[in-house]
Amino acid sequence: MNAPNASGWRPSMGEASEAKFATSSGDYGLMLEEALSFELGSADKCGVDIDEAERAPAAGLGKFLRKSAPALPGLTEPETVRHYTRLSRQNYAIDLGPFPLGSCTMKHNPRLNEKMARLPGFADVHPMQPQTTVQGALEVIEQLADWLITLTGMASVAMSPKAGAHGELCGLLCIRAALDARGETRDVVLVPESAHGTNPATAAFAGFKVESIPATPAGRVDVAALKAKLGPNVAGVMITNPNTCGLFEPDMREIADAVHAAGGYVYCDGANFNAIVGKVRPGDLGVDAMHINLHKTFSTPHGGGGPGAGPVVLSEALAPFAPLPFVTRGADGSIHLVEEENMGEGHAQAFGRMVAFHGQMGMFTRALTYILSHGADGLRQVAEDAVLNANYVLRSCEDLLPAPFADSGPCMHEALFSDAGLAEGFSTLDIAKGLIDEGFHPMTVYFPLVVKGAMLVEPTETESKAGLDRFIASLRSLAERAKAGDESLHSAPHFAPRRRLDETLAARKPVLVWQGEPGVPGTPSLSEIGGS
Amino acid sequence: MRYLPLTPADRASMLETIGAATVDDLFIDVPAEARLAGPIEGLAPHASEMAVERHMSALAAKNLSAGSAPFFIGAGAYRHHVPASVDHLIQRGEFLTAYTPYQPEIAQGTLQVLFEFQTQVARLFGTDIANASMYDGSTACWEAILMAARVTRKGRAVLSGGLHPHYGEVVRTMAKFTKDDIVSLAPELTADPDDAAVIAAIDDKTSCVVVQYPDVLGRIPDLAAISEAAHAVGALVIAVVTEPVALGLIEAPGALGADIVVGEGQSLGVGLQFGGPYLGLFGCREKFVRQMPGRLCGQTVDAEGKRGFVLTLSTREQHIRREKATSNICTNSGLCALAFSIHLTLLGGEGLARLAAVNHAKAQATFERLAKVPGVSILNNAYFNEATVILPRDAREVVRELADRQVLGGVSLGRLFPVADGLHNGLLVAATETTTDEDIEAFATALEAVLAGASA
Repeated sequence: MNAPNASGWRPSMGEASEAKFATSSGDYGLMLEEALSFELGSADKCGVDIDEAERAPAAGLGKFLRKSAPALPGLTEPETVRHYTRLSRQNYAIDLGPFPLGSCTMKHNPRLNEKMARLPGFADVHPMQPQTTVQGALEVIEQLADWLITLTGMASVAMSPKAGAHGELCGLLCIRAALDARGETRDVVLVPESAHGTNPATAAFAGFKVESIPATPAGRVDVAALKAKLGPNVAGVMITNPNTCGLFEPDMREIADAVHAAGGYVYCDGANFNAIVGKVRPGDLGVDAMHINLHKTFSTPHGGGGPGAGPVVLSEALAPFAPLPFVTRGADGSIHLVEEENMGEGHAQAFGRMVAFHGQMGMFTRALTYILSHGADGLRQVAEDAVLNANYVLRSCEDLLPAPFADSGPCMHEALFSDAGLAEGFSTLDIAKGLIDEGFHPMTVYFPLVVKGAMLVEPTETESKAGLDRFIASLRSLAERAKAGDESLHSAPHFAPRRRLDETLAARKPVLVWQGEPGVPGTPSLSEIGGS
Repeated sequence: MRYLPLTPADRASMLETIGAATVDDLFIDVPAEARLAGPIEGLAPHASEMAVERHMSALAAKNLSAGSAPFFIGAGAYRHHVPASVDHLIQRGEFLTAYTPYQPEIAQGTLQVLFEFQTQVARLFGTDIANASMYDGSTACWEAILMAARVTRKGRAVLSGGLHPHYGEVVRTMAKFTKDDIVSLAPELTADPDDAAVIAAIDDKTSCVVVQYPDVLGRIPDLAAISEAAHAVGALVIAVVTEPVALGLIEAPGALGADIVVGEGQSLGVGLQFGGPYLGLFGCREKFVRQMPGRLCGQTVDAEGKRGFVLTLSTREQHIRREKATSNICTNSGLCALAFSIHLTLLGGEGLARLAAVNHAKAQATFERLAKVPGVSILNNAYFNEATVILPRDAREVVRELADRQVLGGVSLGRLFPVADGLHNGLLVAATETTTDEDIEAFATALEAVLAGASA
């Protein structure tokens, strides 16, 4: 029996049936269409009861006073609740089923994390309150920092970066600052092909030139090629480990020793830390800096695109250069923030400030809650189960879908397949869109770039064996259909809020804001939005 | 280990399918000498839901929350009432636990919200377009400066003395590495903002001028005059809005000539959260669209001709452009954007205008009362919901003594500007719709006592 469509939508009745049973509303039972808030609202509606201002509002504003209210329609509270609830049902989410996006890592988001983050002592405190009034919040930062330092075997951690890529930037700026302190101007960063695409972008933003290191046929860094590039102009290397082929880089220590001997630093992209947490400490492998995506390894919710959080653990060599603000504990036992105001206290080499306040405090609360719930034993089990699940998927599908690096040894937390061997004209995209009809979110597609037609499946530790077996059965069925040339795959998804969307049209003539008048419903015609 | 669904029997059966004897065989590529034999020592084992809740609640109880004290702190983060339905809706699992909308057919909920959010931000700012959010106001400010350099092909940015010092610090930090030329004007404790100094600092090498509106001392700069001077030499104007509620009452920056408007969206829907996660807002002229950082959601149609939404113009982004990417932004602040958008949908333009009027009225009541405290005066000629109070002595000590009396009485300019001279008697005080008459009286009374030298 088919699993229910996990998007929350009932399967379509099919075009023929829909024509036969056409509805005047555009809705089909629980399959709901939803207009834009701008089409639903009007200027005379408001969903918040606001006290009337007690006096003339404009006393000192004179010429700054705005002539008319912003052209934003309002909705009443029930209309608002219904609008967003209806929209929410057009989303797939980890709460609805597996989200096997390799390299993105979507795992169960415990609601205890949410409850703790909403305690008024955390949610309703201001970043610039006197520090005597926020000792508990500072203790959250300190405790989380302590876990991150211990789990990674590093010397220190910079907590303020707002996301993974921001953490990469933080790490590279620490390297830049350390080189500056040594009076050296090294301007090259080596980035292997198997690294995340954000790595070269970050290196360029930190003012470095990027040189690429090829991957071996086994999907690892070509160590000989890397060593050949080392020299007095190399500031460091950025390695993603486990890498984007889903493999552990076994020569990490050898690479780190060579880079250090040549006077450079090792940046590790820690986006995949969930595969090794509690099993190995990156500090033991010679890493100097590594960001940790709290939303990946420690389950803070990603909410349809963020927020993320990217604390960066640092080696002894880089620790003095970490950005402000910093949390330290004084001799009297109180915790304080080191900011511009008091940076003389042993942090004079800090490279500066990356964000206005202290980073993603609300994410710290959630991550610490998750960490304490799992404990050191549970986090180790997380890595083991994530790796076990990925290898189970790999071995259960490799006879039907080529797994380019299956002979390179076990994969870590993600299984990589390619679309080689499908019937002429069938590709990864067809498998992905077919998975939607099967009730699953597709895997990561066409990434990493080193594999043609890549499919990167990351089940994480969240999935049960029974759930994985259902996913594997669907993936195998789709592979068989694509090998047999089943044309219906080309028009998938058939059972989703939308059929395939025209991304070329969206990019050719961008429509980024609604252009109509508030309160007027209507769907612009193709010509209005630049179609042919 | 209540979050882990595999049973020991599952694990054994799966290992058999894989052909491995133990799970450690799957970690064979990790060098043996680095592999840990058991859980890392010195860290606690797993704990029950009840135990974790007890631990976290004890930490939370050590903090003085804004709602449990007379509260007058602003300086770039503002306490506003968030309607209950906002937090309820963002906790729906289909929003909370969704990832970046890479598969648009099953992410229309998130995508439509982002399209509505972009439209709301553009209309609030008076810009043609807006993106789907940045990390926060300060990083959005830096990205705007980089964008202005790409657009004008010049690299000299002028920062007004009224720019939030943390924003200025972020900009100066990043510019050290990108080699952009940053001219930071010194803050002056004057009743009017430094418009004349900003205009005087503009030259033909200037890529942009960055002006906070209202500024960090609560003053309101004349964006129209600054825009005229900047445009005359081909420079762009970047307006920085740290309190978007102000735009319910004062003119939109885009309408006054600002080319790029960035801001902090925390005020609407997001909450204080001790500094983050916050929400970067970013709007600009349509002709800059391909130079704009961050994610964009665009309208299109599906195979059946129905209106739908997708992420678009991603060829500017780092996962495709690698070292040629337009920005370092990777994620956006999707969930915070959702909260902002819901709050603004509840308010509507008229509701926002009324909310802003209430904020201004509360601020007036606050400053009228504080001006009656002996030795205290108000700096500003104009303000929205925040202004600078001049005290007879260093405000840093006063803030600490007020806190000892359980009053959160603003941010001292000494904490904001530790190295600037002549500012240390300034106290930045904010009021919002959450401020009550009792709070105002408690604050004024405590301030009188502190300034009179009474012990707490």
